[in-house]
Amino acid sequence: MIERAIGEEDFGARLAFDRGAAGRRAVAVPQWQGRETPLPAAHLLRDSVRLPELSQGELVRYYTALAQRNFGVDTGSYPLGSCSMKYNPKVNDVVASLPGFANAHPAEPEAAQGTLRILLDLQRALGAITGLPHVSLAPAAGAQGELAGILMIRRALEQRGELGKRRRVLVPDSAHGTNPATAAMAGFTVTQIPTAADGAMDRAALAAELDGSVAAMMVTLPNTLGLWETGIEEAARDLHRVGAFVYGDGANLNAIVGRVRYGDLGIDIAHLNLHKTFSTPHGGGGPGAGPVCASTALAPYLPAPVVVEGSTGTLALHRPRESIGQLQQFHGSVGVLVRAYAYIRTLGLAGLRAVSENADLNANYLRVLLEPHYDLPHPRRVLHEVVFSGSRQRKAGVRAYDIVKRLIDYGLHPPTVYFPLIVDEALMIEPTETESREDIERYAAALVAIAEEAERDPEALEEAPQHTPVGRLDETRAARRPVLRWPGPETEPCGSKGTVER
Amino acid sequence: MKGRAGAAPTPYIPNTDADRAAMLARVGLASTEELFKELPADQRDPPIDLPPSLGELDLLEHLRVLARRNAAAQERPSFLGAGAYRRFVPAVTGSLAARSEFMTAYTPYQPEISQGTLQSAFEFQSVVCELTGLAVANTGLYDGASATAEACLLAARVTRRSAVALLEPIHPGTADVVRTYAYGAGLRVDMIGSAAQMTGEHAAVVVQQPDFLGTIRDIEPIAETAHAAGALCVTVVDPLTLGLLRAPGDAGADIVTGEGRDLAGPVAFGGPSLGLFAAREVYLRQMPGRIVGRTQEQHGARGGDESEASPRTGYVLTLQTREQFIRRERATSNFSTGQSLLALAFTITLQALGPQGLREQAALCYQKAHNAAARAAALPGFAVVERGPWFQEFLLRGPLPAAAVRAALAERGIEAGLDMSDRSEPEARAALLMCVTETTTEQEVDALVAALTAIGDVT
Repeated sequence: MIERAIGEEDFGARLAFDRGAAGRRAVAVPQWQGRETPLPAAHLLRDSVRLPELSQGELVRYYTALAQRNFGVDTGSYPLGSCSMKYNPKVNDVVASLPGFANAHPAEPEAAQGTLRILLDLQRALGAITGLPHVSLAPAAGAQGELAGILMIRRALEQRGELGKRRRVLVPDSAHGTNPATAAMAGFTVTQIPTAADGAMDRAALAAELDGSVAAMMVTLPNTLGLWETGIEEAARDLHRVGAFVYGDGANLNAIVGRVRYGDLGIDIAHLNLHKTFSTPHGGGGPGAGPVCASTALAPYLPAPVVVEGSTGTLALHRPRESIGQLQQFHGSVGVLVRAYAYIRTLGLAGLRAVSENADLNANYLRVLLEPHYDLPHPRRVLHEVVFSGSRQRKAGVRAYDIVKRLIDYGLHPPTVYFPLIVDEALMIEPTETESREDIERYAAALVAIAEEAERDPEALEEAPQHTPVGRLDETRAARRPVLRWPGPETEPCGSKGTVER
Repeated sequence: MKGRAGAAPTPYIPNTDADRAAMLARVGLASTEELFKELPADQRDPPIDLPPSLGELDLLEHLRVLARRNAAAQERPSFLGAGAYRRFVPAVTGSLAARSEFMTAYTPYQPEISQGTLQSAFEFQSVVCELTGLAVANTGLYDGASATAEACLLAARVTRRSAVALLEPIHPGTADVVRTYAYGAGLRVDMIGSAAQMTGEHAAVVVQQPDFLGTIRDIEPIAETAHAAGALCVTVVDPLTLGLLRAPGDAGADIVTGEGRDLAGPVAFGGPSLGLFAAREVYLRQMPGRIVGRTQEQHGARGGDESEASPRTGYVLTLQTREQFIRRERATSNFSTGQSLLALAFTITLQALGPQGLREQAALCYQKAHNAAARAAALPGFAVVERGPWFQEFLLRGPLPAAAVRAALAERGIEAGLDMSDRSEPEARAALLMCVTETTTEQEVDALVAALTAIGDVT
């Protein structure tokens, strides 16, 4: 983090487009020396493109300054709940960029046997870890994995002739927003299941919804409160009894990896977020990968491709018999998949079990350190993350928003806030296993100090963060008067041009 | 992983046995096994068959061996494109995008410490708008094909129609992904051979530029036909071609999608990818994905003396009421984690090239491809199919069936273009779809010509 020096420019006001000078260039492109072929007719061509003109050094300094205005896992503690912001091993980046992998063309899988071997072995490993042996690595991210899984359920119901009557997907109110949005994209309606006082799904409310109109239930294990869904096996049996499927959202697999398998609990299909549990860099918001792991009954519907081994040992891409189809033009986030494979090969089963062990211990250690200072709406032992409420501080006029902005001044990345929606002033903290005992203590000490500040001088917190390149930004202004591109003539206020023709 | 006194279990986990003992005592547990006590006892700690763990040295060797099994490790001459193009990406791109402050951050929920991600995403949106000739762009979707599918869903929402038309020739992968998304949304997907086949049922026509067989389209009459039918025109682009070709937005396209991967980094067996998505401003609030907006500090954000200073400019995620985490089942998409790092790399490449460099790189690609095609067409027994102006891909017919030519080239260490014998277009059926880009060397074209000559001589 750098602060503004005396008299420093308003850095954000000057984009690359506003820097440099006409005629400068950051890279030389060779000229064609051979016979010139005439260009196509003029009406197919353009005059010019407006792009920045910077020297290479100017461009590098600009993006270096931008990098310095960012906080990553390599910068410090980043316990963003539900995101598993663990350390990303460097060797995985190295192996993913080996030329044989990096230059393999997707239209020639027969010439990429090394890549296919990795993908096949990753499919097998994820199948073994989840107890759902049929795996497609095609989804680009968790949300696309969810879409694949729910479309597979749709197709299975269609084949059973039941799609017409099974129109509902049950989603707990603690679920990520992607779950209901996915169900809607797959053409289902959403029924919300409330959370009981103990933080698990309200089983009576669930039982009341179970009938022949239910297509599936989507459940996150452990749930977004960091709590085990007690009785999930019985709930799954109840769903199966009425002919519905159980979808597992694997965003929180880090809590239980190596300890219990989704398939053994009665889950029919689950997606995993490889950028979470399997440690591929989050990239400022991707790329990730969201493989789907399915039971034998749902295997025919997996998205294409899956990797299969032929009788001669040659590996090939295969489209399952009743596949829902492709999710991307090619075969998925292969560079991410190679990193996840390298991670699993480094850790092995014992290492993966150490992941869940230490992730959960860290979360519980943080829980006991903070419990005297913050309200804990569900005072139970947690798994990989703990959700506090800032309701006590709220009474002093301090919002969860203020608390996390103050954390930034301690050099720490805030937790997830205001999620799950069912917790008032939620502070959702997931330390992960790669934080040390001292890291957890430092984080807790900062939150304790802020709780004391909230009592002593609540107004002061409203000015946090003080030590960042920019202070609190006006998000309302951003939405009311959207400026979404250079050169940034402000568009009309919301409502006049921003509405959609219907 | 017990048994080794004091040891941290992996290089990535710092806690030692002593740490764990102290933490367990504070938590009030006798052992870490108790952490998992709520998990069903009869299913806990199942046997899981995974290969043994490898140290870093062994891991590197294991993966080097596998990487060498890919033919790409041998740097063969390649004439394969068909949606994945080996492009020149300047060294600054990989160097800057690999900075760990970019690489190890996540979705910028805390803008004060995420200005790097946010401001570069705003640069990305600006670059995509400039390239496509449209007013608004998001921060990127998974890939060009899924971005195209999202465009079809948007078109169906705003027109309230339940079919889309895909204009052939279009990449079969794009068509496949549109069908997958259309299945969930209950849309019919019609393949059409000419824009004139559009009807009032279609929400959009999807047109690939250049088309799947390499030919440059005139977008304007297609867009006019679509608009006359009350439908949107969705154009799928290869962004490098926009260094030369007319911006689709200027030609009437309402939404432009495309694949940005190849200007961000290597083809990497097709992924991770980068979906470009730009639209007319009227569709802004129906767009999928994340959008970054420019704003300024709140009044008095710093208190004290600094409140005298004018507020600083900053960037935030905005228009989020479209998105799943707020709108849930009524969101425009379930999209969440995307392809930010590739969007950053794409932006750096485009800004490093600048207006002149982009035009030169596109022209170099065009000239090299046309030179190679002319040399191949001059060989006895070979012909380039005439389909109008083209950019970097051409249909090459030889004296043997396409598959046989492909196999013969492979024997000579050359990765040939795609075998098109399963296409419906009669002119494509016996041909290979050959691709030459700016990265193809003269020596590689020489090797191709020599190999084709030998194939011609044998027949």
